[in-house]
Amino acid sequence: MSTSTDHGRPDPEATSSAVSGDGRPVSDRGDTVCVIGAGASGLTAIKNLREHGFGVDCYERETGIGGAWNWRHDRSPVYASTHLISSKPFTQFPDFPMPDSWPDYPHHSQLLSYFERYADHFDLRSHIWFGTEVIRVEPAEGERWDVTTRSTGGYGPERTSRYAAVVIANGHNWSPKLPRYEGLEQFRGEIMHASSYKDPAQLRGKRVLVVGAGNTGCDIAVEAAQQASRCWHSTRRGYWYAPKYVLGRPADQVNDSLLALRVPLRVRQWLYHWTMRLTVGDLTRFGLPKPDHRVYETHPIANSQLVYYVGHGGIGPVPDIARFHPYAVELADGREIDPEVVIFATGYLPRFEFLDASVFGDSAGAGRPTLWLNAFTPGHPTLAVAGLVQPDSGLFTLSHWQMVLFARLLRARRDRPERAAAFAQRVRDRAGERYSGQVKESSRHWFEVGHADYLRAVERALVDLEAK
Amino acid sequence: MSARSELRIMRGREWSRPVRPARREVLSAIPELEEGRPPLLFVPGFGHGAWAFAEHWLGHAASRGFPAYAVSLRGHGGSEPAPEATLRAYAHDVAQVAASLPRQAVLVGHGAGALVVAHAMARYPARGAVLVAPVFGGWGVLGAALRRNPGGTLPAVFGGPLRLNRGQLFSRELPDEEARRYVGRLGRAGRRAQWALLGEPEAEPAVGAPAVLVLGSPDDRVVPASTLTRVARRYGSAPLLFPGMGHDLMLDARWAEPIDAILDWLEKEPAAR
Repeated sequence: MSTSTDHGRPDPEATSSAVSGDGRPVSDRGDTVCVIGAGASGLTAIKNLREHGFGVDCYERETGIGGAWNWRHDRSPVYASTHLISSKPFTQFPDFPMPDSWPDYPHHSQLLSYFERYADHFDLRSHIWFGTEVIRVEPAEGERWDVTTRSTGGYGPERTSRYAAVVIANGHNWSPKLPRYEGLEQFRGEIMHASSYKDPAQLRGKRVLVVGAGNTGCDIAVEAAQQASRCWHSTRRGYWYAPKYVLGRPADQVNDSLLALRVPLRVRQWLYHWTMRLTVGDLTRFGLPKPDHRVYETHPIANSQLVYYVGHGGIGPVPDIARFHPYAVELADGREIDPEVVIFATGYLPRFEFLDASVFGDSAGAGRPTLWLNAFTPGHPTLAVAGLVQPDSGLFTLSHWQMVLFARLLRARRDRPERAAAFAQRVRDRAGERYSGQVKESSRHWFEVGHADYLRAVERALVDLEAK
Repeated sequence: MSARSELRIMRGREWSRPVRPARREVLSAIPELEEGRPPLLFVPGFGHGAWAFAEHWLGHAASRGFPAYAVSLRGHGGSEPAPEATLRAYAHDVAQVAASLPRQAVLVGHGAGALVVAHAMARYPARGAVLVAPVFGGWGVLGAALRRNPGGTLPAVFGGPLRLNRGQLFSRELPDEEARRYVGRLGRAGRRAQWALLGEPEAEPAVGAPAVLVLGSPDDRVVPASTLTRVARRYGSAPLLFPGMGHDLMLDARWAEPIDAILDWLEKEPAAR
């Protein structure tokens, strides 16, 4: 299962024969596939491509694996108390189980050690160039790709290598999205994005306003309730705050027993609302706004503690922010509050700074490509994006199957070109497809998928690709 | 008895009902010098524990440079008692231990342990797999067992323990005293797992396309030679045969021959290296 291109450093002196569009030397890496990023999705890309017999060069800008889940990385969004939102069976790679001795919802440090073990177990590190960032990815002739890299931080010369295919696995939780507010520049308190929040000690004894009701916003609000002298939590609309356990079992496991029975969405929503009424109760009684949508229409929030702390007065729910004053924040309902620290847990935007936006059909450059299965680009059959999905469940299972599909597609390009051509046609016809029920429109929710709908779509694509 | 060909990605039933953890016994023999060989994980059949491999094979594999491990399936040997264990729980045990090893492992299953390995291969990308005297279930195996040992087999059909006797497991070459000692150590599998054997439980396709070696003995009184051929054909090969040996190849008098054949195969099989 090994090829001659396995271990060699791409070496322009030895192998340069091709020349790039603007005359730079290009080292030809033959059938090798380039993977950008050695986080969870990048690792599963390496493992599955290797398993299907491809050579892989992976470029990682940091000096360790784990991407977002490695708290040492400057792009890592994790904070000290980050725990998983989905329980173990939904989080682990489908062919590499997490240890039985771990809890239902592992801590982020356990997740990192899981990736370390995955990398060692399948011997992935020898394919990763650490401390190397990708600065350009350009299409070359014959549906191949020129990838230009240099040492992280801009040191050293640039090198360009030509690959048969490229997997983009650069993550989507590192480029903070900051909302605009009137008067924000004049505000004299401290302002930070959740990405720079690391430890509850940052909040101790302060008056804190947390903006945003994603899972991170809720976690930070809960920590502020325990550490800060005062905590407000500003949300634009009402949400469903699902407990992590229902009926004594992890909530996602209960949900999937209904999915396995193929209970229709409306019935599941009704059951869910009913369970929530029994367990969490009426949120409007606490001054939280009533949800303006049904459950499953926004990214689920799993937080058993938020409502608990609202009930204990630790968290004061407030509406959206109207404007900032130098020493106060004016809310949409006209109230004024005086926080010292404002934390924007307003999410992240995907960014592909090394790729021309036209490749993705994303002419606006908004980091919002038009893809099929959130992974395949029309007109570029040898390019795939791994992990650009926001599932209502663990992500890694989805990335794994995306990469199995891509590896088999590359194999089909070699062995059964007519199959690969049919696949490329499907990508063109069906780009932009969505894999969830109706979802609230927002820059956070465009790549939201229901894990069952999505995995069934990938399964169909795999079966179609391999059909006799 | 055909392997289910289609791939299943959405596993809602499995995810919503995870297997309950159980304490597992793992015995091992590690070579003194790390030679970069893949670790082997031995999976004993129903009634046997990790001890069956610790007797000869673990040490022998380690002496040839292979880190060797053996797991006792739940309810067997030194693992936690589990009377209601299912085939799925056994496969879970194997995948758990395999994933805990430092490197990608080769799975070696014996008897019904080979069936457990076949199921575990759908949940863990083994580097290779060896099925030793595989018991894949079905009426043929039951018929043979009923003919040879009606008293020990019949209770199992009704949920009682399956009692294998000396004649089924060992050749005449093995000294009586040793054979009695081994038979005395046999335990039993969970009744639900035993019943599963009647239904010829189909395994999902293996992930990672591992190379598979099937071996056994034509004089095995548990697994008919025709079954060996059938299982080997399913994995696209022919069985390797060791005439004159009983079902328990790892304990029988000439235990060294099959393990040497396995290790030779691993040394030259490129995919399993």
